Amino acid sequence: MTTEETRRAAPGAPGPSGRGLWERERFAPPGPATAVLVHGERALLKIKHAPQQLIDIFVMPLVFLLMFTYLFGGAIGGSTREYLQYLLPGILVLSVMTVTLYAGTALNTDITGGVHDRFRTLPFWQPASVVGTLFGGVVRYTIVLTVGVLVGLALGFRPDAGVGGVVLTVLALLLFAISVGWVFTALGVVVPTPDTITTAGMMVLGPLLFTSNIFVDPDTMPGWMRFIVDLNPATHAATAARGLMHGTATAGEIGVLLGICAALTIVFLPLTVLLYRRR
Amino acid sequence: MEVDADAAVEAAGLVKRFGDVRAVDGMDLTVPYGTVFGLLGPNGAGKTTAIRMLATLLRPDAGRARVLGHDTVADPGALRGRIGLTGQYASVDEDLTGLENLTLLGRLLGRPRASAAGRARDLIDAFGLADAAGRQARTYSGGMRRRLDIAASLVGAPELLFLDEPTVGLDPRSRAYVWDVVGELARGGTTVLLTSQYLDEVDRVADRIAVVDHGTVVAEGTSGELKTSVGAGVLRVRLIDAGQRERAERVLAQELGAAVRRESDHAALSVRTDDAEGAGRALARLSREGVGVGDFALGQPSLDEVFLALTGRPAADGVAGSEGARAVPVPGADPRDEPAAPVDARGEDAR
Repeated sequence: MTTEETRRAAPGAPGPSGRGLWERERFAPPGPATAVLVHGERALLKIKHAPQQLIDIFVMPLVFLLMFTYLFGGAIGGSTREYLQYLLPGILVLSVMTVTLYAGTALNTDITGGVHDRFRTLPFWQPASVVGTLFGGVVRYTIVLTVGVLVGLALGFRPDAGVGGVVLTVLALLLFAISVGWVFTALGVVVPTPDTITTAGMMVLGPLLFTSNIFVDPDTMPGWMRFIVDLNPATHAATAARGLMHGTATAGEIGVLLGICAALTIVFLPLTVLLYRRR
Repeated sequence: MEVDADAAVEAAGLVKRFGDVRAVDGMDLTVPYGTVFGLLGPNGAGKTTAIRMLATLLRPDAGRARVLGHDTVADPGALRGRIGLTGQYASVDEDLTGLENLTLLGRLLGRPRASAAGRARDLIDAFGLADAAGRQARTYSGGMRRRLDIAASLVGAPELLFLDEPTVGLDPRSRAYVWDVVGELARGGTTVLLTSQYLDEVDRVADRIAVVDHGTVVAEGTSGELKTSVGAGVLRVRLIDAGQRERAERVLAQELGAAVRRESDHAALSVRTDDAEGAGRALARLSREGVGVGDFALGQPSLDEVFLALTGRPAADGVAGSEGARAVPVPGADPRDEPAAPVDARGEDAR
């Protein structure tokens, strides 16, 4: 056996490409766009390998719609069918906001599991790790909104604005969910375990979603409650969604929603990146 | 401290506090290029904290470090892609397959997709993970995961590799495999800074060793230098009948005029001595008095004994031992007791 053959038998021996473990080929660091795309691809691969994690995303809008339509429909809206016209856009907001929690768990798992440490030794634009979580989010939000719309249509929901209204609503709520997601990425960077995000998130989201106009028109509420409802971003998302679905949306309603999205993103995306860098 | 421009790692006066605890407390370290350098010390000695500071993951509270010629605080960006780190806990994405993990890292290092996939495939093959390449990392055994983790830190072919306790929790075969890789990297010119609690392992793989205790380096040198610095050699005696140990202890103490140490092996004793003639006399007298000696050896002290001499307490105090039968490393045990023979792993991999 020659020396070369001995070396080839060792773990560090050159692989099929003829290079060893210690090959010193250097590459220019990836640009920010590439780094974000690679992280996005990673998020999609995670979903591909564990599609069972998506089950609740399919089931949630279905359960919410059936439950609230037939529980409250007759009492609140006169008939279940009539109530559904009011309820469905709000249920889409409810469902998609609940799913925004997952935006934080992926980042948290990276940090607590040590992947974050490895990333920090690599020469890419570091905020890509945060921005890349958006890809997984878009997949989940799209699923939850699509299921919600389809179930709604099956139960008798009829959008006055037709297909165009549905598409605009879904796009608006996608943007809204992405913006809310940054709140949970920031939370995901600071909390000790992924479970903490779910627990803390539910504590905030529960009251937030019920003190809104998702289920009932606030006209019958006392003034102080109406004041709280009006402050709630979920209210404005539901109002815009209803308007877009039925073709009654005003520029003001859409403007408020876009303003909320911008504010959430401007505050919480940089905050997440900042906190992530410090970890 | 004078800074050595020719060293891969030069650290002077590094300090890191966590609350009231000074995890690293004025650590000086010089790791020459191309060496395998071992940080040896018990749990909580500050090894991991020191490595994390050198790898730019933690900011020192005081002192400074230059790694590959760059200041770790002022210029961490210059080190990205040139250093590799494998921590105590496998830092791979458990949801992805082994191959996907490595491909992803290659692309984050700037490789085009096909090149990243090729490099990932090479490493998967080199680390004997070909059969599991398409499986999610969460299904891997501890040894496979560690191999994937080390492969992950080699995707960028780092000039300096940090290995924090790379063999903790591994079976002997996997440990041998890890050390084999370290040797291979060193032959290729990679500088390796590793930590370990296993004295025998550091003794075998490291060119130079720094003994770390309470956040500072208490001694530094080659394994031979450290052993010589302690002074005397050691006479080790193992009796046939453990019941005669007290009698043997008395004889050895009288003949050699030094403290006799009882080993955790109930039939074994050791005495620090350079007196070969005295050792011979002692052995002869044991035989005359009917104390059966199974085997004996006169040699350099083990690193355990070095550790004891340097820190005033046995390494076993704070040192988690190898798994299984040896709950604590046996001071004075032959470092070559370990069943891990690099040659075996090499044969394994050649398949």
